[in-house]
Amino acid sequence: MRILLIDDSKTMRNIQKSVLKQLGYTDLEEACDGQDALSKVGAFKPELCLVDWNMPTMDGLTFVKTFRQTDKTTPLIMVTTEAEKSRVIEAIKAGVNNYVVKPFTPDLLSERIAETLAKCGVNT
Amino acid sequence: MDASYITPFMTSIQNVFSTMFQLPVEIGEPRLKTESTTTHDVSGIIGVSGEMIGTIVLSMPGEAAESIVALFTGEQMAVDTDDFADAVGELINMISGNAKAEFQRKSVSISCPSVVIGSGHRVASNSGTPCVMIPCTTDCGEIVLEIALRESEEAANTKSAAA
Repeated sequence: MRILLIDDSKTMRNIQKSVLKQLGYTDLEEACDGQDALSKVGAFKPELCLVDWNMPTMDGLTFVKTFRQTDKTTPLIMVTTEAEKSRVIEAIKAGVNNYVVKPFTPDLLSERIAETLAKCGVNT
Repeated sequence: MDASYITPFMTSIQNVFSTMFQLPVEIGEPRLKTESTTTHDVSGIIGVSGEMIGTIVLSMPGEAAESIVALFTGEQMAVDTDDFADAVGELINMISGNAKAEFQRKSVSISCPSVVIGSGHRVASNSGTPCVMIPCTTDCGEIVLEIALRESEEAANTKSAAA
């Protein structure tokens, strides 16, 4: 499965990569903000994206809204420090399928990924 | 400063450190930062805007920061590398974001983090905004969270107009 990790922090991308590799996902691509991600989705064709919210150049919410204009089905999980209920609702309205608040444990991230893929009917 | 601005940060640093790398944090007695207070060698800084404005700083001595970053990333990193700064930035980002959720305000935003590394530097907060230092004891050393927050004039005006 192709998974795109979108976060301006290399540390956070590395932590996510480590969790995903333990789950057996090795086809991973990284983007450092929403703009970078949009430039990569065409060639990489992700089957799942993990998206941070606060990023320079283009934030995660703008990425989600832009991405959803042309792709309604690829599962998107927002992984962010934005924990307020109003933010979660805003992200879901924009088109994310699930939401993980940082800090998270590897188990929580794994659970949310499995839950999201099952909900979206994606075969792993 | 309103105590309700401080408490969320105490909970947040404990939550972030225990969840991400199982490091217990003992919170000391908060005190006001004075002009003469020195800052540690490594500072992770977040700006706050919206209904509350100010800065939040995670200030750490170099050795403590190296140990904490090693636990967080699983790698020993030199203090003067981009990856080290990135890790410190992500820590203060998580601490601030987590605390912000407890403010129960609709319109508070945090900036992307900045990191300053070097001995003898000083992080100034807005004049007129008191800065509260929260000393934190960890097995990696003593670190400090500095909170300089106040209600924005716009939010205060809205509140007084409604009263």
